Amino acid sequence: MALTGLQIFKLLPNTNCGDCGVPTCLAFAMKLAAKRVELSKCPHASDEAKAALGEASAPPIRKIAIGAGENMATVGEELVMFRHDKTFYHKTVIAPLLHDNNNAVDEAKTLSSIVVERAGEVLKIDAIALQQSGDDGEHFAKTAQAISSETGLPLILISGDPDGMKKALDLVGDKRPLVYPMVNENFDGMTAIAKEKGVPIVVAGPSGLDGLIERVKKVKAAGVEDIVLDPSSKSLAGSLRDQTLIRRAALQADIKDLGYPTISGALSGGDSSCKSSIASIAAICKYSSFLVIEDFQPWQFLPLLTLRQNIYTDPQKPLQVEPKIYPILEPDESSPLLVTTNFSLTYFMVSTEIDDSEVPSHLLITEAEGQSVLTAWAAGKFSPEIIAKAVMESKIEERLKHRNLIIPGYVAMLSGELEENLPGWRVHVGPQESADIPAYLREEWPQIASSPAGDA
Amino acid sequence: MDIPLEKHKGKIRTVELRKESPSGLAIGGQDCLALHLFEGSYPNKPVIAWEITDTDPSKWLGDVRKPYKDVLGDPVGWAKMVREEHGAKIICLNLIGTDPNKDDKSPEEAASLLKNILSAIDIPVIVKGPGPGEKQNDVLAACAEAASGQSCLFAAAVEEQYKTLVASCMAYGHALVAETPIDVNLCKQLNILISDMNLSLDRVVIDPLTGGLGYGLEYTYSVMERIRLQALGGDEMMQNPFICFIGDEVWKVKEVKADDPAWGDREKRAILWEIATATSLLYSGADILVMRHPEAIKAVNEAIDDLMKG
Ligand code: B12
Ligand code: SF4
Repeated sequence: MALTGLQIFKLLPNTNCGDCGVPTCLAFAMKLAAKRVELSKCPHASDEAKAALGEASAPPIRKIAIGAGENMATVGEELVMFRHDKTFYHKTVIAPLLHDNNNAVDEAKTLSSIVVERAGEVLKIDAIALQQSGDDGEHFAKTAQAISSETGLPLILISGDPDGMKKALDLVGDKRPLVYPMVNENFDGMTAIAKEKGVPIVVAGPSGLDGLIERVKKVKAAGVEDIVLDPSSKSLAGSLRDQTLIRRAALQADIKDLGYPTISGALSGGDSSCKSSIASIAAICKYSSFLVIEDFQPWQFLPLLTLRQNIYTDPQKPLQVEPKIYPILEPDESSPLLVTTNFSLTYFMVSTEIDDSEVPSHLLITEAEGQSVLTAWAAGKFSPEIIAKAVMESKIEERLKHRNLIIPGYVAMLSGELEENLPGWRVHVGPQESADIPAYLREEWPQIASSPAGDA
Repeated sequence: MDIPLEKHKGKIRTVELRKESPSGLAIGGQDCLALHLFEGSYPNKPVIAWEITDTDPSKWLGDVRKPYKDVLGDPVGWAKMVREEHGAKIICLNLIGTDPNKDDKSPEEAASLLKNILSAIDIPVIVKGPGPGEKQNDVLAACAEAASGQSCLFAAAVEEQYKTLVASCMAYGHALVAETPIDVNLCKQLNILISDMNLSLDRVVIDPLTGGLGYGLEYTYSVMERIRLQALGGDEMMQNPFICFIGDEVWKVKEVKADDPAWGDREKRAILWEIATATSLLYSGADILVMRHPEAIKAVNEAIDDLMKG
């Protein structure tokens, strides 16, 4: 159980020295109970206090990191059931599953080379799960090593063969892979290996969360603390239940033996990839820390990683870009001028399309509190007055020899009023969807540019 | 082990559609969070409504035109096809052709089409107007009258324009969709306005407004969870099932249209875009999902079956 402020206070020296930055031990104890400060801030706490408090002050869901260097992936430390309460913290780690009997190394290289930038975030695969297929432990270990060095990605090593696992860890143990013991009979041996190498291990439940807790207790007793839970759910319904209850147990019932990150597998089931896609979607929405996807296909990449991006963004504040003029592809005095809002998704969509059009352009971003075009328009933050003012203040007039402004198609209705607010300018209504910007800039802009009416 | 199961004070209302038909449906009725069968009762499965249009949907992407190529522009044939070949349990008739900026079809034309569809198939029908404006009122009023006593679901009442539709639904025994833009308070407010006109809230379905995957989905997802929590907490003005119009939001975005080889097979990616939008909103509480692609619908239906086995 979490300790109360008074219980914690009894463990402190009660000297009120203030070294912790808080005037009294009591005040410090209260902050500690509310998890707003860490015990390490008090340099005088006794070992006894540390032991007692260590457990109580730990985050309700343990932090686990796998991999090394810039590709290290961290999970755990979640604090809420619902993303509107506070941002979900560490994103679900997405790991395609490969088997060591195929061209695993080549496949891993291909997978790790898919990189897409979306709304200012670089989307890529986070880890590779490698499964030992036969009893050639040597081969498994070598494959793991090759994937690790070729891709730099963290590994999830899946095997039922303690010997293969040991050989693999001898080669890549320093890269902190996650050990996933496949067959339960070998569990004790695997636990010993994980302990020896200091790497995290997956504890899979036989059935039900009670069984899972029993296993966790055993593993902890063996001295391993870095645990990842696999409730071995049998269906989508079972998975939702287990994942929800595990998180609830950790956050609300203070059940320490379930206070660990979780892992889910999306197995293709042979017939179609729809099943694995849906299991993946469920895992991303509902609390899985690791997601292992069998037979991962390139077309699954964008939908699944975009979903993860959506679920894990901060619900309180939209991502914004700085309002100013962005030059795209070295525009000059006769290049088009387009305007939109400072919602980063909007900026990103529009700027990539301008880039694709290969027509150098000036892109004016207005201050709209990070809202999309229509949202900002509806809220009065993308009005003719605001746009006109942004055009004037940008002083873009001094750098252009034409006076043409292209506005988003969805706000066609403000073009008349905008022209009134911008004497000497002509306002042109662009397409509604940014995907149509390249065609517009290539086909319509030359005509606009050559018509005399818009000259400075 | 002592993990608390959650019991809630509130319960979602049951909305009955096409009650007089043997293929009628009830929506909602659960007393727990989305899909939480392990701690509550879930009398009615979430359902997928097949979207069909009154006129050839020329703006629809090839992927979602192709499966219906023989029936585009023939809404009665289209309705029969999804019912008979795909086992549709409910359809959404989207009256895009009545839009003054499209074919500007008359309210009478829409009303007689609805009548024909109702006699061709025995499942519930959601009727979606051309969008806020005078035309919407006229079209939906004519349709409501023509479908008198068939308990259809009409979309949509919005804060600026709800009175005519509420009156029609009361007069002719229909349910309606109350649409508000991703906002807990506006949602509650509109339900209050509607019940102040004495339409029973047993005949209201909430449209929280759908942002597609990558285009505002996260806002819809969270507002649904918040509305649901408040409803289950006992707020009687929020205890209604949700409808999410998925198709429109999905089939226009760049990631669905673009032929970038690095992004993998385009059509499969597009279908997954619809599946992902629908499935995540299923997990945040959707009771009716309005969708387009047969493969996406099939996949999400299988997921619903699996989830409802408990
Ligand atoms: C998510 C969302 C929100 C989020 C905000 C998200 C954000 N950061 O902006 C929240 C929940 C906060 C919100 C709030 C509101 N919203 Co809102 N919201 C949406 C939603 C679902 C998606 C918007 C989005 O993110 N689009 C994605 C971005 C990328 O789109 P975009 O900026 O338009 O950019 C595209 C194009 O415009 C084009 N483009 C962009 N710039 C340019 C520039 C040029 C030159 C060209 C050619 C093209 C181009 O490229 C992009 C990709 O195609 C839409 C409905 C929908 N499904 O679209 C409603 C919507 C925009 N909201 C609406 C409303 C009314 C509101 C509120 C006013 C409701 C209220 N009364 O409280 C509030 C306003 C906020 C406030 N009070 O300050 C209405 C607008 C009504 C209208 N058409 O008049 C909409 C359309 C919903 C509706 N049908 O009622 N909203
Ligand atoms: S540093 Fe420790 S001993 Fe000193 S006041 Fe803070 S809690 Fe008390």
